[in-house]
Amino acid sequence: MPAPIRLRELIRTIRTARTQAEEREMIQKECAAIRSSFREEDNTYRCRNVAKLLYMHMLGYPAHFGQLECLKLIASQKFTDKRIGYLGAMLLLDERQDVHLLMTNCIKNDLNHSTQYVQGLSLCTLGCMGSSEMCRDLAGEVEKLLKTSNSYLRKKAALCAVHVIRKVPELMEMFLPATKNLLSEKNHGEILHTSVVLLTEMCERSPDMLSHFRKLVPQLVRILKNLIMSGYSPEHDVSGISDPFLQVRILRLLRILGKGDDDSSEAMNDILAQVATNTETSKNVGNAILYETVLTIMDIKSESGLRVLAINILGRFLLNNDKNIRYVALTSLLKTVQTDHNAVQRHRSTIVDCLKDLDVSIKRRAMELSFALVNGNNIRGMMKELLYFLDSCDPDFKADCASGIFLAAEKYAPSKRWHIDTVMRVLTTAGSYVRDDSVPNLIQLITNSVEMHAYTVQRLYKALLDDISQQPLVQVASWCIGEYGDLLVSGQCEEEEPIQVDALEDEVLDVLEGLLVSNLSTPVTRAYSLTAIMKLSTRFSSVNRIKKVVSIYGSSIDVELQQRAVEYNALFKKYDHMSPNIAVITIHATNSTEADMTEFVFQAAVPKTFQLQLLSPSSNVVPALNQGSVTQVIRVLNPQKQQLRMRIKLTYTHKGSPVQDLAEVNNFPPQSWQ
Amino acid sequence: MMDDTEVLLEKKEMRFMLLFSRQGKLRLQKWYTATAERDKKKMVRELMQVVLARKPKMCSFLEWRDLKIVYKRYASLYFCCAVEEQDNELITLEVIHRFVELLDKYFGSVCELDIIFNFEKAYFILDEFLMGGEIQDTSKKSVLKAIEQADLLQEEDESPRSVLEEMGLA
Repeated sequence: MPAPIRLRELIRTIRTARTQAEEREMIQKECAAIRSSFREEDNTYRCRNVAKLLYMHMLGYPAHFGQLECLKLIASQKFTDKRIGYLGAMLLLDERQDVHLLMTNCIKNDLNHSTQYVQGLSLCTLGCMGSSEMCRDLAGEVEKLLKTSNSYLRKKAALCAVHVIRKVPELMEMFLPATKNLLSEKNHGEILHTSVVLLTEMCERSPDMLSHFRKLVPQLVRILKNLIMSGYSPEHDVSGISDPFLQVRILRLLRILGKGDDDSSEAMNDILAQVATNTETSKNVGNAILYETVLTIMDIKSESGLRVLAINILGRFLLNNDKNIRYVALTSLLKTVQTDHNAVQRHRSTIVDCLKDLDVSIKRRAMELSFALVNGNNIRGMMKELLYFLDSCDPDFKADCASGIFLAAEKYAPSKRWHIDTVMRVLTTAGSYVRDDSVPNLIQLITNSVEMHAYTVQRLYKALLDDISQQPLVQVASWCIGEYGDLLVSGQCEEEEPIQVDALEDEVLDVLEGLLVSNLSTPVTRAYSLTAIMKLSTRFSSVNRIKKVVSIYGSSIDVELQQRAVEYNALFKKYDHMSPNIAVITIHATNSTEADMTEFVFQAAVPKTFQLQLLSPSSNVVPALNQGSVTQVIRVLNPQKQQLRMRIKLTYTHKGSPVQDLAEVNNFPPQSWQ
Repeated sequence: MMDDTEVLLEKKEMRFMLLFSRQGKLRLQKWYTATAERDKKKMVRELMQVVLARKPKMCSFLEWRDLKIVYKRYASLYFCCAVEEQDNELITLEVIHRFVELLDKYFGSVCELDIIFNFEKAYFILDEFLMGGEIQDTSKKSVLKAIEQADLLQEEDESPRSVLEEMGLA
């Protein structure tokens, strides 16, 4: 039997394959050879064969038949075999397969091997993939190695213990004695990093351990101080900074120990300030330490000066050219914005600039942070930026951004008009991304903004004329037209600059019917539209047209529409004799005297068979010298079609004195009540 | 069989590390949490797609599933780490860089071909540098020395000297 081909030769051969099929063929051939070699229990080449199998596994081919072979390699006396065997075990086995338990005995033996590199291999394997059962069986061995004087083994044992604790937390106690002198100066500095990692793990898992280890704070502070003050150590330095990895781990442990504890926090105050001010920031490594320092300062009970220092570091991070630094700054600021709101507010304009960043993650964070910073004082400015962002951002963001804008507007809108305008802007620019639940919420908002009804319905109608593709916009608009159609056609508006909308009843019905037939409309939209048309039968005079439309949809394929249409038809039949007339009357009050009429209130009363609704006046000041007017809309329901009569009362203040005026109006044109 | 409680407790800072080429060929995969083979394949495929689609101007961090991905490209290889949410991403970049330095020192100006033809050595170096996703020794020299010594042990295995050779008689 010729010797199996070497690993590197196999790799070379496989790489010459020009197609996937060719590669598969080579692999299958080699796997067959390897399988028969395994069957022959060949010890000499087992290592080589498993190595080749691992290569093929990385290419994506199945290698489970090599699992037991890995175990045989681990049991071998040769170091080479063990090296590949353990590697194979880590790659091919995991705790989901019972076969992994067969490793336990080998690992136990190797943990006690005379060669430290073999011990290292077994510690590493146990520490990376040991199952709970294995950890339970071998914890004692690991604990022994944690106390050895061999620092090469001790550091590995520490990390292995971390894994054991993660898998079997109840075993944590048994490692406590061994931790006694982990940080002591007598030890080689080598084990410091892994010792800190182990201590951190224990403190994170158990409040008792945490209390127990708080006494280490002075020691940790000292070690950190020495690191910063120490001279050049080429082995551990990165870009001139002493052992940044250890610095970061110590800072993290300090964070855990200082959290919620006044004394510990105070003890670490100075060193944190020192690290924060003295760390070199030209490279990523320095910023990594600064970042960890900021996280620690923000989590412990630090004095306010230190907190401000931390936020300012984050503020500087925001201006860094390196976008990674900007990213972590935004992430941290997002975490602290609730607790240190004012400090973060100071960096608002920089944060808003980040909305224009090219990186998606940075933009998202900047958006979230911007919403967190919106308040009553900055709402106008912030909303401008956020609406601009909404226009240009990725589709992924639009839904969240729209929701955020609605929430902010609801909380801080400086005026109802501003609120409605903002809502309109969102609906028209990102209308198709707005969440479904926004529609009823917006309708509620509009309903409650009584004085804005005319303005709102006119703007929405105008938007519909431009674009009927954005469903949430269309739905809200339909509902409003159905509800306030009378205000729409009357052209009256509470705002000073009325929107130029000439809407005749037929045109409005054209638009709504257009929605019913358009391909762009969803079934929900059609339902809104049909209902709106129906409601207009009590507000418009073209009732016959409406009846016709409704009856057509009585045989619609859309079940929802059909049902509505049928029910509406029934309503028509039932209440035909009651079909009410609504007269919409607009009053204009002007004042030709020299002084303003202030606190102007118009009241009206009608006979019992009528119903009257007075909408809000445009203002309660009628300016002097005909410089303006107050308009107000009155809606009169006249179900019995009687002659309309009205008693009116005007009250106002003129030149400092109150005035009252009463009158009767009987000369309404007959069309208004017939 | 892992149940839900076990998964919760097995919170590791670094979940896995991947090395892959710009053509989407996997060169190294180290998993620090027990994951089914099928899931590993799916995650690797998905993640490679996501990372390879990133433009050069974007930052080195991205959110993927419930993890933070820290990645950096060195020549034709992407080094990709998946870490827990609360990690310090900037230091993870330094961890990646340290690993690259170790490879570079070991292979002498390392390139992708070195990793392809000596993948097992790349794993040995990684396993001497990190355990369970944590750094074992922050000294570059220390890690390289250990690898060197282990390599020597391996060499002794491979060329065992017979007794006669030892005596200089063969």
